[in-house]
Amino acid sequence: MTDAAIAPLLVTEQRGTTVTTEQWPVRILLIGVAVAFLVLFLFMPLAAVFVEAFRAGIGAYFAAITEPDALAAIRLTLLVAAIAVPANVVFGLAASWAIAKFEFTGKSVLNTLIDLPFSVSPVISGLIYVLLFGGQGYFGAFLHSENIQIIFALPGIVLATIFVTFPFVARELVPLMQEQGTQDEEAALSLGASGWKTFFKVTLPNIRWALLYGVVLCNARAMGEFGAVSVVSGHIRGKTNTMPLHVEILYNEYNFAAAFAVASLLALLALVTLVIKVALEWRYADQIAASRRH
Amino acid sequence: MAGARGLALKRPSALPGFGLALGFTLTYLSLIVLIPLAALVLKSATLGFAGFWEIVTGARTLAALRLSFFTSLFAATVNAVFGTIIAWVLVRYQFPGRRLLDAFVDLPFALPTAVAGIALTALYAPNGWIGSWLAPLGIKIAYTPNGIAIALIFIGLPFVVRTVQPVLEEFDRELEEASATLGANRRQTVFRVMLPALLPAILTGFALALARAVGEYGSVIFIAGNLPFISEIAPLLIIIRLEEFGYAQAAAIGTAMLMISFGILLLVHLVQAWQRRRFGR
Repeated sequence: MTDAAIAPLLVTEQRGTTVTTEQWPVRILLIGVAVAFLVLFLFMPLAAVFVEAFRAGIGAYFAAITEPDALAAIRLTLLVAAIAVPANVVFGLAASWAIAKFEFTGKSVLNTLIDLPFSVSPVISGLIYVLLFGGQGYFGAFLHSENIQIIFALPGIVLATIFVTFPFVARELVPLMQEQGTQDEEAALSLGASGWKTFFKVTLPNIRWALLYGVVLCNARAMGEFGAVSVVSGHIRGKTNTMPLHVEILYNEYNFAAAFAVASLLALLALVTLVIKVALEWRYADQIAASRRH
Repeated sequence: MAGARGLALKRPSALPGFGLALGFTLTYLSLIVLIPLAALVLKSATLGFAGFWEIVTGARTLAALRLSFFTSLFAATVNAVFGTIIAWVLVRYQFPGRRLLDAFVDLPFALPTAVAGIALTALYAPNGWIGSWLAPLGIKIAYTPNGIAIALIFIGLPFVVRTVQPVLEEFDRELEEASATLGANRRQTVFRVMLPALLPAILTGFALALARAVGEYGSVIFIAGNLPFISEIAPLLIIIRLEEFGYAQAAAIGTAMLMISFGILLLVHLVQAWQRRRFGR
């Protein structure tokens, strides 16, 4: 529906004379209820983060986010995202190439399995790796004898993060690539391009904004994940604490100003994510899959 | 690939890379998702059915599962009502700040759950912005099951709004006009014509919010108080069992939670199948 097409409708709507809208008191009431609900449940918690973060003053704020343990947590969070996000990008590209460009038996089962991690509790997402690689886990004895540490170390945190962010890229790419079909690729191949050249010069440019969209959402979750990472990290200060875990430790030590200071960085990340997401939806709506609404 | 074609599992295609892409996809999926989840089921199977049943129906576990499920049910119901109103307002009305509100609805998807948890606790604690208004009235939110419900409302809201919104955007206005032409007043049109058509979307959003809420951990533990039998949610009990090295018990509770989530998702599929049958899409 174009704006021009609905413009006359909107004018009459504002006068409240058409039969397809509510009387103005009802409209005002509904808008009031919606705005009040969003302010109460979304805006106030966000505002609270920043107010509490600066409660002890700007000096305390910067001290809290630059002390060694906080910096170590920031570094670890960036490192984990830098491994988990590219891993899921490669997977997302492979999965969407197979699912969108080919017809094969079991496709819908595969599609369902890719979304599986979204319906698993974050705590279970961590638990499954402890069951495999923990001290009493299935591979625990073997890993111990080989002196390999996965749980309470970086590999466990990365695995748990990959699990919880698993579907983000694939679910943005699959519907879009299905919509785009295979003609472009077939044309490139018939003109003599190799398979990889076709992928990088034809397919990838076609899906670049949807890919970025998926990466942004994937990254936000990877940096902010708490439950899954909490189970596998062991909470070793300065070593295996990511930013959300550092927030928890500070909070449980009643160091509220510092906890909210680190939390405010994560809240900023969320706001930046929302801005990029909305910008992509407005500018490239047609090049992001029909499934852009979650 | 030749073998696959021989078995007619894959339709012939001019495009290369099917074997590589599908092979990588299946390997990665198995290593990251399927094998670890199988380990969970395998671990709880070591208990035998009687052992599994004993843990899952133990008083403390049952209390935690019940608390997780019913607070989630309450939160998803609140979200179904207010999420539908918010979707309606965002799609149907023009007012200043509408696009900002629209973008803001996704905040719970983007804000890390731990941050949401401590922020909601700060608001609803007895000395917080909202809690200090409610305390004189004798209403306690933080450190009670009420606090759990608040956190679950926060994280579940976008699911309902984002499933109802596109359906409402595509709703055929001619149906409303027809209804009005036939003499229905606006209330009758909304409640007899429009809401029945939106119901599958509302139910889907409700079930997605419910599934997410049952497993939620980060935003809940700060505000809950975490008292066994009163405000201890099932995911927290898993972590407690794990810290006592009760791997099998943790796995059993986890398997029970998975069964609840999959039950809810099955419901989503049934609702969507019903929607397709009824509305032909």
